[in-house]
Amino acid sequence: MSSRTSWIPYALIAPSVLFLAAFFLVPLVQTVWLSFSGDEGLSLVNYQRMAGDLNFSLAIQNTFLLTLVVVPIQVALALVMATMVSKLEKGRDIALWILTIPLGISDLAAGLAWLSLLQNTGYLNSALYALGIIPGPVGWLSQETPWSLFAAIAMAEIWRATAIVLVILIAGLQLIPKEFSEAAEIFGAQPWTRFRRITLPLLKPSLQSALILRTVLAFEVFAVVYALGGRNFPVLAGEAYTWQNENQNYGVAAAYAVLIMAISLAATALYLRVLRTRPEQLP
Amino acid sequence: MADIVIDRVVKEFGSFRALQEVSLNVRDGEFVALLGPSGCGKTTLLRIIAGLEKQDSGRIVIGGRDVSELAPRKRGLAMVFQNYAVFPHMTVFENVAFGLRMQKVTQDEVKRKVERAAALLHIEGYLDRYPAKLSGGQRQRVAVARALAVEPAVLLMDEPLSNLDALLRLEMRTELKAVLREAGTTTIYVTHDQTEAMGLADRIAVMYGGRIDQIGTPLEVYATPATRFVGGFLGSPPMNFIKVRCAQGTARIGDTALPCPAAGGEMELGLRGEDASLASNGSGIPFDVRVVEPMGSHLLLTGAIDGQLARIVAPPTATVTAGERVGLTVDPARLTWIDGATGRAVARA
Repeated sequence: MSSRTSWIPYALIAPSVLFLAAFFLVPLVQTVWLSFSGDEGLSLVNYQRMAGDLNFSLAIQNTFLLTLVVVPIQVALALVMATMVSKLEKGRDIALWILTIPLGISDLAAGLAWLSLLQNTGYLNSALYALGIIPGPVGWLSQETPWSLFAAIAMAEIWRATAIVLVILIAGLQLIPKEFSEAAEIFGAQPWTRFRRITLPLLKPSLQSALILRTVLAFEVFAVVYALGGRNFPVLAGEAYTWQNENQNYGVAAAYAVLIMAISLAATALYLRVLRTRPEQLP
Repeated sequence: MADIVIDRVVKEFGSFRALQEVSLNVRDGEFVALLGPSGCGKTTLLRIIAGLEKQDSGRIVIGGRDVSELAPRKRGLAMVFQNYAVFPHMTVFENVAFGLRMQKVTQDEVKRKVERAAALLHIEGYLDRYPAKLSGGQRQRVAVARALAVEPAVLLMDEPLSNLDALLRLEMRTELKAVLREAGTTTIYVTHDQTEAMGLADRIAVMYGGRIDQIGTPLEVYATPATRFVGGFLGSPPMNFIKVRCAQGTARIGDTALPCPAAGGEMELGLRGEDASLASNGSGIPFDVRVVEPMGSHLLLTGAIDGQLARIVAPPTATVTAGERVGLTVDPARLTWIDGATGRAVARA
């Protein structure tokens, strides 16, 4: 009996392990290998070429800037929304459902939706023109208007992906027994103090998950940027795409992919360290 | 220190009336237990006093100040929750200090008051630990210390001992009584455990179906229940109720005639198990013994009086066997008469 039960768990997880190995692990190793291979075996030539490229530092700068602006705003917004939604007595499910609609839209479609709003002949310009605020079409998304392009991309990203943070935080809020907040209230804590001293610390594990997920995805940002700005706003994943498809240089594309992975891993490690909850502080 | 006036408080949840015009006066420094089965409204009433729940009508007055519309933090009270609600991310010291910190008390004062509360509850040794490292009993002590540290005028306790095991509960009960007597805080204590209420409270308010059936000292409530429910809820075994017919001020069970209230008609005779004694010669009210349970301190006899279930407490040395018919003598002064129709006690003529 024991000899039979010992292999059953392994047999049961084998299909998913094999699946992940075949479609995840193998390409990962291949990509890393590809990024380090030159004409004569192992070399850093792909990385040198990546770093020497005109768009490289711009892509790094843009990706980090976008992440640093978008993620904190998303977390702050999601915290406010989650707090409000969890206070609802009626219609909480409907509100949550509406707030999470953007999650069901692919990022390219989301980018195209914002493009139809913001392009020269888009809804925004039509509305502003109809109101007499602008004399004719204004370009919001061109190379000459980098800040409005950046703002548009940031806004589209915030609109598209805040809901995933919201969902994680709402789940986390529901895990906190309401007695903690009630006890704090009885003992004299104002709403803001309760949020800061009770809710936020107890929400830390959920905040950590949400931050890791959102930051990793923010470093991979591509489709929304591509739809709104094309290469006017270079980002890391966009450069990988360009090197892969337009330049047909798989080595440099792989180097970009490995760089994105390294940044994501570093961010994850940072969050795990900074936002760790000591076991004795868990509820 | 403060007295509490609960004035015709009504609370409805949808169409369900959780509290029906509940009124109660608690004197300064008094310990009142709200006792009742689950769903009787006792926790709802406590949460309304705390301000965590809003009453639909009625007033709460604490120390002469109408607090009905005030936020919990402005009512000058402290509370101990059923599941402790000790903050897991703070040390025991910070937990006990929480209320003082909210009052912006100076650092020295915080330290002094926390240490005094900790000493009172015997948790001085754990002040720098986190609650997860403590047992249930210790966490409960932290919760009580946190409440007492702010020296509240009013202390509310919501089934504070119900999550502890039986032995610890008994120990904490004794200790709580001593600590609260020393502090002299006006206390309202919610419980469904009659022994807790009997042991701790100056007065017990027995709640049932969203109203207070009776309020009185533990002995009053026990000996002279105002309703059939109160008699049946308090005491172990609960009060026996024997249906009798009362005519011309006399009720008959077997050959025994008992004086009953003049009102007459269909009544129930309320008899505490320990208020009946076994007659030496088998005379008195006939009692058919079905089961004899030796409990150590006494014998618990279960059987029938006039075909109706009854439990009688007999001395441990009594010789009674199952299947036997014994005679009971009762002191008419210790009987309760319940109107069969209303379920309320009727005063003896």
